[in-house]
Amino acid sequence: MYRIRFHGRGGQGMKTASRILGTAFFLQGYEVQDAPRYGAERRGAPIFAYVRASKDPINERGIISQPDLVIVADDSLVPVPGAGVISGIDAHTVLLINSDEDPDTWKQRLNFNGSLFTLPVETEARAELRFIGATCTGAAARLLGVISRDALTQAIRQELAELGDAIVEENLSRALSAFGLMEAHAGTVNAGSVVSAHDYQRPQWVDLPFDQARISAPAIHAAATSIAVKTGLWRTMRPLIDYEHCNRCWWVCSTFCPDGAINVDDEGYPHIDYDHCKGCMVCVAQCPPHAIASIPEQDAQAADNEEARA
Amino acid sequence: MTRKLLTGNGAAAWGARLSASDYIPAFPITPQTEIIETLAGWIDNSDLDARLVTLESEHSMITAAAAAASTGVRVFSATSSQGLLYGMEMLYTVAGWRSPFVLVNVSRGLASPITLGPDHNDIMAARDSGFLQIHCATCQEVLDSTLIAFRLAEHTRVRLPVIVNLDGFYLSFTREPVDIPDSKLARQYVGDYDAENIRFRASAPLSQAVAVLGGSPYSYFRYESHLAAQDSLEIYHEVTEEFNQLFGRQYDAIDCYRSDDADYVFVMMGSFATKAKEAVDQLRDTGFAIGLLRPRLMRPFPAQIFQQLLACKKGVAVIDQNLSMGMGGVLHSELAASLYGQAHAPPLLMSYIGGLGGRDISSEEFFEIASELRLSAEQGKTPPPRLLYTKTELREVRKLQAVAHVERQDLDEGNTHE
Repeated sequence: MYRIRFHGRGGQGMKTASRILGTAFFLQGYEVQDAPRYGAERRGAPIFAYVRASKDPINERGIISQPDLVIVADDSLVPVPGAGVISGIDAHTVLLINSDEDPDTWKQRLNFNGSLFTLPVETEARAELRFIGATCTGAAARLLGVISRDALTQAIRQELAELGDAIVEENLSRALSAFGLMEAHAGTVNAGSVVSAHDYQRPQWVDLPFDQARISAPAIHAAATSIAVKTGLWRTMRPLIDYEHCNRCWWVCSTFCPDGAINVDDEGYPHIDYDHCKGCMVCVAQCPPHAIASIPEQDAQAADNEEARA
Repeated sequence: MTRKLLTGNGAAAWGARLSASDYIPAFPITPQTEIIETLAGWIDNSDLDARLVTLESEHSMITAAAAAASTGVRVFSATSSQGLLYGMEMLYTVAGWRSPFVLVNVSRGLASPITLGPDHNDIMAARDSGFLQIHCATCQEVLDSTLIAFRLAEHTRVRLPVIVNLDGFYLSFTREPVDIPDSKLARQYVGDYDAENIRFRASAPLSQAVAVLGGSPYSYFRYESHLAAQDSLEIYHEVTEEFNQLFGRQYDAIDCYRSDDADYVFVMMGSFATKAKEAVDQLRDTGFAIGLLRPRLMRPFPAQIFQQLLACKKGVAVIDQNLSMGMGGVLHSELAASLYGQAHAPPLLMSYIGGLGGRDISSEEFFEIASELRLSAEQGKTPPPRLLYTKTELREVRKLQAVAHVERQDLDEGNTHE
């Protein structure tokens, strides 16, 4: 059985990517299970999706703890512990990372000796990553080696049909180009085996001890803890206020911000709290004089760094 | 017939569509909402000739469902978890109206603390309501059970609403290959809803909210519902037999997997049971004579079938994905009640609690349960119930508690995060 895990951020299309790959397997005559996994849905938060494919009916369910292939659409997720990107990887696992950096750097960084591929940057300007799902899926399909160009094409047409021809063609061209790029590595991914009952690692069960309610009630014993959680780290796009054009209406952007991350000062100018702005871009859409621009977070951070150096 | 990839939610929606549901009262809740969204999309595209109405709560939604069913139309609805509990008063009430409809529940753990992952405490809370319950393990079963549920609910000897249960995430958001039955054949199978004397009309008013003071008539009505629920086991057998003849898929009240020649048996409900199937295969490879019994029906409870299937077994491990505070696993209790005092009942009935809030159950854990089962049978002792919980998990909780402790101290000392 093939066990594949996609990692990305909410909004980068990992669920769709897993469905494209699932459908491609299905068209190749495989039994398939594909599913996304996330908490309360939100743009920018780490999510993963998984695909199982086998010639036999699939009885396994839930998270994949020992993946054969791990696909990372956004390399900023690798160091995020909650994203679980490197969970369960070993020498058998193939890693595919969308990153500017070269494979050797990643291998060294992760102390990983297996097969690791990066997606060349040229395949997409690393901004909104609108097509990263299709790109990753195309590369993944070739690395698996059991999915034909036709099956991949048909799967993309099926899964994206509702988005219209232009978007389908754009995705298709990215996917097929990535499929082509991995030609030399076709079939690098090997199907994994099942956990045998002959020789298995015994679970270390514990008897849960009794704790008094003052310990065991699920209460948060502190106020305003959401301030400590820097949800700004989820942002893939950054809203940037152009104060020259801001007409100080004093309320529109700050009222529409679903996270209360825009504060207005005494002079009526809004200020974005980038520690907590998740980059939903509602303010960009709402601003009456169009004074809020939307720029890729990565570019914004690079500019910040420049400024800091200067 | 078409075979395509569908989520459990998509399969439930197809079940409603192929059953030609007329009326769909709705209220959104994760992880169920996709069912209603799918049906709404079909109605918009004229793929489904039905009326979908969004209500202001599940309490109203269940009431609307049963009220519509009382007028003689076919009704489908869906909910989950907190939503099912919000509608709980009406769940009990409308079951007594004897107006049949089908409600899909997408299982999700209950607050507190609040979660999105699946377990069966929500559906178990509806256990005594008078709704019949069909529990599914695959997306295919979700679709097929929805068709079967209409036949069961509307049968003249049953006339009770039916809940079709599927696990959140593990089925609701998981795509699997599903055979979508031919719509004409499906229509032929479910047939027309003959409401007989259940004909609530504005022009001919009648009351459903009957008050009976004094326990005697009350007992009569309540016990009649119980008899109908018990009787429905036979009807379930009939309607699934017919389903098998038309579609070639057999849905016994209890799904038996390699259990005939087994000395030991896992008993589990829902989609996590397919993991147990996988473990059975692996254990069989080592020569371990073990099998799996998965009740599809929770109400009516197939007690007699369990008695037959478990006769002369050496030991049984029940893995409950629910927890009755102060007692333990519900399925374990019900099975114990069914087996007590029966000739040839297995001498060992072990209880495990696992998969609460979607906590995974690993292959290794199934192997270990099997190993404990055999050891206990050999020693002739029943060990106490066990929660499937590892040292690592407890260590993680302790870490969070240590953080909470510091937070508390900070707060007491007047420190803030700003």
